[in-house]
Amino acid sequence: MKPVSVVSGRMVPLPQVDIDTDQIIPKQFLTRIERTGYGEFLFYDWATTDDGSPSSDFFTHDPKRAGSKVLVAGRNFGCGSSREHAVWAIQDWGFDAVIAPSFGDIFRNNSANNGLLTVELPEEVVNILCEVARSPDAVVTIDLERQVVETTDLVVDFEIDPEVKQRLLSGLDPIGLTLEHEEAIDAFEADRPGWLQPAQ
Amino acid sequence: MSGRTLFEKVWEGHVVTGDDPSLLYVDLHLVHEVTSPQAFAGLDLAGRKVRRPDLTVATVDHAIPTTGRSLGIRDPQSKKQVDALRRNTANHGITFFDLDDPRQGIVHVVGPENGYTQPGKVIVCGDSHTSTHGAFGALAFGIGTSEVEHVLATQTLWQKRPRTMSVEFDGPLPQGVTAKDLILGMISRLGVGAGLGHVIEYRGEAIRGLSMEERMTVCNMSIEGGARAGMIAPDQTTFDYLEGRPQAPKGDAWDAAVEHWSSLSTDSDARFDTTHHIDAAALVPHVSWGINPGQTAPITASVPDPDAFTDPMERDSVARALQYMALKPGVPLTDIEIDHVFIGSCTNGRIEDLRRAAKVVAGRRVASRVNAVVVPGSMQVKAQAEMEGLDEIFEAAGFSWREAGCSSCLAMNDDVIPAGERCASTSNRNFEGRQGRGARTHLMSPAMAAAAAVAGRLVDVREWQ
Repeated sequence: MKPVSVVSGRMVPLPQVDIDTDQIIPKQFLTRIERTGYGEFLFYDWATTDDGSPSSDFFTHDPKRAGSKVLVAGRNFGCGSSREHAVWAIQDWGFDAVIAPSFGDIFRNNSANNGLLTVELPEEVVNILCEVARSPDAVVTIDLERQVVETTDLVVDFEIDPEVKQRLLSGLDPIGLTLEHEEAIDAFEADRPGWLQPAQ
Repeated sequence: MSGRTLFEKVWEGHVVTGDDPSLLYVDLHLVHEVTSPQAFAGLDLAGRKVRRPDLTVATVDHAIPTTGRSLGIRDPQSKKQVDALRRNTANHGITFFDLDDPRQGIVHVVGPENGYTQPGKVIVCGDSHTSTHGAFGALAFGIGTSEVEHVLATQTLWQKRPRTMSVEFDGPLPQGVTAKDLILGMISRLGVGAGLGHVIEYRGEAIRGLSMEERMTVCNMSIEGGARAGMIAPDQTTFDYLEGRPQAPKGDAWDAAVEHWSSLSTDSDARFDTTHHIDAAALVPHVSWGINPGQTAPITASVPDPDAFTDPMERDSVARALQYMALKPGVPLTDIEIDHVFIGSCTNGRIEDLRRAAKVVAGRRVASRVNAVVVPGSMQVKAQAEMEGLDEIFEAAGFSWREAGCSSCLAMNDDVIPAGERCASTSNRNFEGRQGRGARTHLMSPAMAAAAAVAGRLVDVREWQ
């Protein structure tokens, strides 16, 4: 995982509530066994017409939105299915961060595990950002270390779980870090009651 | 010091180290074909082993065919995925219920029916409906693929302690109203984001009166209310269900387990961060009309008017839903004609669900406009249903009787609902495109779906009883 410290770039507004992971990456793309290559299928059903040709009015096909770094969306973003493919697709398309009033719990964890920054801001602030982001040239900067989001005429602080922040800043392998606690895991395991042993 | 909740007892019993986040020990890791290949690949790449293959169980369910299994899997991509799971479980010594195994089925049906799911366990799976297992008083939640890899390697997971929510259902459920109506009713009242950051404990007279399978239906849809986990305190109903199942403890171990499980209930002086009360005795059968499970109403209601919603985001969401669902405000829900019926899924694919649906269709015929399908939740459920003759009742009525799997719940296999067509479904999600691009889903209970199949439109099943 690459360390994350500052995300800076243009924004894409998606001012809808309860955007579920089925919309972010529809099921027909979940049979692949790789972690990469999902970007072209991001929001596939919204981004294509019924015959599969690109919908020119959706941002993923808008040349003015190409290269954008930050997605700004409504509350409960990433609700529903646990598919990590949703995070892989968002990153593979080019986003480094998502700003929303709230996120689905599993999506938020998946994001942290892949270095996708999720920033929670109050609904009023997200609404302002969505307005600003209507201009495809509007730039936002998210400074993780200082916990600040900055764009035209707007500077706001954001809260983030300190442990997630450290993990994002360091980019270290979480499994490697956990294995440093192997003795504690061994000790816990040795104390588990016998009836938890699986039947043969 | 105040007492502890069921959740707190299970959580605190599993902390290996650390305080917010805590490193939690995982007692049971369920694995399926769709969210595991990248995890095993990561493990192999780093040269790591599965720490506890004996606490890991795998099955195939999401993307497999429900007909013509002897011909194998036609879709090359899905076949590759199932082949990968077969290889990965063999390499790492993990029990695997393959396509031809009599124990194969939906991961959340297989765990409980074989007795792997037990009170007080921490259970994870790369699937959001892992919340199902909370019906036993386990702490069970869905995880992503990176977390699957972490659990495979360490048998643990770093977790931030969630807040606790009590939802108390007062009074018994009325006749003709089911667990599905109870949970749909809750989500329509509280909204799809109400449970974010919380673990729900379902409590009250209506919950105590539910069977284990009904409790699983309730806990299954916790995630549709935004909560990663939902729990119900274990009681005699739980113990009676578990006793004698292949993986349940036996002899002295059983007695020791029951003693521990009996201590898990929330103490009378424990406090929850959030509390809700719902009058279960006033509930009626519910159906969804929109594109998330919160967009649900009593069958006696009409399609809502977007203008009746004050929050502008909510109004937009309702308007978008009505456009996708091709519904007009004010139309009675019972006027909605349907083209498909799907009975199955981890929400409602168990034997009691099939019995309820069969009772409604017995001696009746599926409407000529309707294509109706029953997909048992597991091959064991299928075998039990066939022993009881339910398959004959369904087939005589015009239903198609299938092999076990997730099927049309998410339509990763061939069981896709065509664009523009409408499905009465016992599954858990009515998201846009969930059952197929442009497909329109109405969520409801098995009895309601069975009645809809016969009537060719949404109906209030209470009128038939």
